[in-house]
Amino acid sequence: MSRWAQGLGQLKKYPSAVAGLGIIAFMVGLSVYAVIAVPYGEALDKWRGGKHWQENPINAAPAWTNWFRRENLPSTIIVRSEETAVSRDTFPGGRRLRMVLPFEYGWSVFPSEMNLFLQARFREQEPFVRMTWHTPDGRKITLGGRRVIADDRVSISQDWDLERRLGDVPHVALLADPDAEGLPRVLKGRYELEIEAILFEEDARMEASFVSYGRVHGRAGTDHQRRDLIVALLWGTPVALAFGLIAAVGTTVTTLVIAAAGVWFGGWIDALIQRITEVNMILPMLPILVMVGTLYSTSIWLMLGVVVAFGIFSGGIKMYRSMLLPVVSAPYIEAARAYGAGHGRIVMRYMIPRILPVLIPGFVTLIPTFVFLEASLAVLGLGDPVLPTWGKVLDDSLREGALYNRYYYWVIEPAALLMLTGLGFAMLGFALDRIFNPRLRAV
Amino acid sequence: MKAAEAESHKALMGRASIWQDIRRIGLYTLVRLFGLFVTVLVGVYLAILIANMGGRVDELRLAQIRSTVSEAVRADRAFFDMPAERRNELIERQVKLEVERLRLDQPFIVRSFDYLYQAIRLNLGRAEQMHSDAGSREVYDIIVERLPATLLLFGTANILVFFTSLFIALYLSRRYGSGLDRAVIGLAPTSAAPGWFYGIFLILIFSFLARMLPPGGMVDAPPPEGRLDYGLDVLKHMILPVSAMFLSSIFISIYSWRTFFLIYSSEDYVEMARAKGLPAGTIERRYILRPTLPPIVTSFAMMLIGLWGGAIILEQVFNWPGLGTLMFRAIGHRDTPVIIASVVIFAYLLALTVFLLDIIYAILDPRVKLQGGGGK
Repeated sequence: MSRWAQGLGQLKKYPSAVAGLGIIAFMVGLSVYAVIAVPYGEALDKWRGGKHWQENPINAAPAWTNWFRRENLPSTIIVRSEETAVSRDTFPGGRRLRMVLPFEYGWSVFPSEMNLFLQARFREQEPFVRMTWHTPDGRKITLGGRRVIADDRVSISQDWDLERRLGDVPHVALLADPDAEGLPRVLKGRYELEIEAILFEEDARMEASFVSYGRVHGRAGTDHQRRDLIVALLWGTPVALAFGLIAAVGTTVTTLVIAAAGVWFGGWIDALIQRITEVNMILPMLPILVMVGTLYSTSIWLMLGVVVAFGIFSGGIKMYRSMLLPVVSAPYIEAARAYGAGHGRIVMRYMIPRILPVLIPGFVTLIPTFVFLEASLAVLGLGDPVLPTWGKVLDDSLREGALYNRYYYWVIEPAALLMLTGLGFAMLGFALDRIFNPRLRAV
Repeated sequence: MKAAEAESHKALMGRASIWQDIRRIGLYTLVRLFGLFVTVLVGVYLAILIANMGGRVDELRLAQIRSTVSEAVRADRAFFDMPAERRNELIERQVKLEVERLRLDQPFIVRSFDYLYQAIRLNLGRAEQMHSDAGSREVYDIIVERLPATLLLFGTANILVFFTSLFIALYLSRRYGSGLDRAVIGLAPTSAAPGWFYGIFLILIFSFLARMLPPGGMVDAPPPEGRLDYGLDVLKHMILPVSAMFLSSIFISIYSWRTFFLIYSSEDYVEMARAKGLPAGTIERRYILRPTLPPIVTSFAMMLIGLWGGAIILEQVFNWPGLGTLMFRAIGHRDTPVIIASVVIFAYLLALTVFLLDIIYAILDPRVKLQGGGGK
């Protein structure tokens, strides 16, 4: 045991090992935070998309990118009728509501989109609304009127009629300075959206919320489905670590036990293991994974199972075998036999522990391989159908042409996390290699 | 007199040893070829078993038979006047006959060997939806059309990585501990990321930020006239994918070979050669490189085998029209015959890689012996 403690003590001398350990600790911390902050079920539910995200902009960069910009990009503004004064007057057979949704617009860049969400509760007769836009310089622009169904969305930006009337896309034209020459310029100041609603039932109710979608959002930005990328980036961490760790442990341990058994029993068992390894080496792992993913299921756990199954009889067996061969004839093994140790005991307690230190570095460097394998599968479109992972974010971004559309954050965020994880384990592994393999220490 | 006799004897011996060498290598090749063939056989059989676990291959074949038969019946002028019901009956009967002919009514175990035979003969069947650029629906044609592009890209990148890292490693082993050496050690962990990953960044930097190189594809559209222009254009498109592969594997291979050379250059016979005052170049070539070549070749083989796997995604990222992109499209179309055929082709390619390296190994290492045959 002292050999282990000694080895670990030596780690301190390698700055790369310390950095690697730091990165790994950070990743583990992030995983724990992810699992606590967003429970599993909630993460899956959110990542499925839909209504959760209707108040998020599409493809907005992270908010911190504003630090590097000369001109700050707008963030999202949400004004709800619950938070503002609503005047009501009742008339026979119904009520009239007048809601004013005010907001301050101080950016010089136009928002990316504008929507009005109306939630009406009524029994039969649909309410009617009329919307008017008030600009800071006192102009009034009518946005038209409409009947409201239960959960209604008024897409101001996609109102073609309005666009023709104003001469530009509504979310630009409504905020533009009328005196500006050439390109439209934002008229900064206090805007108001006035909603007049007529409800035809005494107990009918209505709420409204106006959303001016920004061009930056949150800590991680959003994707093409308005989903907040932070969910996937956070949850990708435990998934990646678990996948890498389980795959690495699964393959290394079983391979080691099989190699040791082959060496110990020798004869036809050894020969059989050797032949299986040779067959397995010409089996193309990724195409077979692709085949399994296409024909059966792309569940990450099935993929993990296949990876481990194919990793067992890998080239590693040959390496371990060559390391174990001299061990078999060592005197202490003979002594163990003399006192009557069984086959299992000799393999598990005498042979394997002997070469374990040499294997630890390889094991650590193996983890990132599997982390990247998961990403590779996702980029091939064989990512887990429900789990949010880094690979899937990367896949989405590449499919949606993120590079072409200059949504660089969308590619860089998952890629940076992948690279960080890979580097963390690789740096630790390389340092361990130099500590536990004495032949390398001198060089 | 005696001297002349000795001379001729020596010449005879020399010729005999050349013959012996050729026999040795020939026999070795044959045995390895046979061994690899058996290995491929078992590997492809396993792939078939995996593919057919849910009975998917059977379903596919049934669907294929049905479509060919109904096409044939519908296209036949003799049956044009036939009422629809009679025609359907005819189709059903034909399908049944075909099923019996192809022995689809037999248990899977029996048929699986038939599949194996077809796959080994590269009789890969027809694609469900995809077709080759020339318009053929045969899976074999589709794959063969894509193979050269894959071989070109991966051959270039691997050879480049192999020789560059070899030379740099030799250079560093002479100057270990220098700044450059430390830099390479420090950069080695970056090889944890696969080539396609670097590819994304290279595309980002050189195609979108700097707009110097094309982000993907193999030639411009429309392709340039003339062989030279065409070749240059392909070369231009190869720069980014090759650099991506190069970046992802260069540091780790330099690192591992440098370590390897360092271990070997502390052997006694190298020290002896140094003590004799032999020039550094000779020591490197004869005393370090020669004995370490077989393991170098082995590690090169391992790298090649690993790279075949990464090929699929790298090609996809760079839109390179090779086997990987084909496979990616096949996944999109859920075109199972193409996917299974790609597995078979990849198995062949891997076996070929292993075989070629075995031959090189036999040439490099005179100690490779065969039980019972040739050898010394």
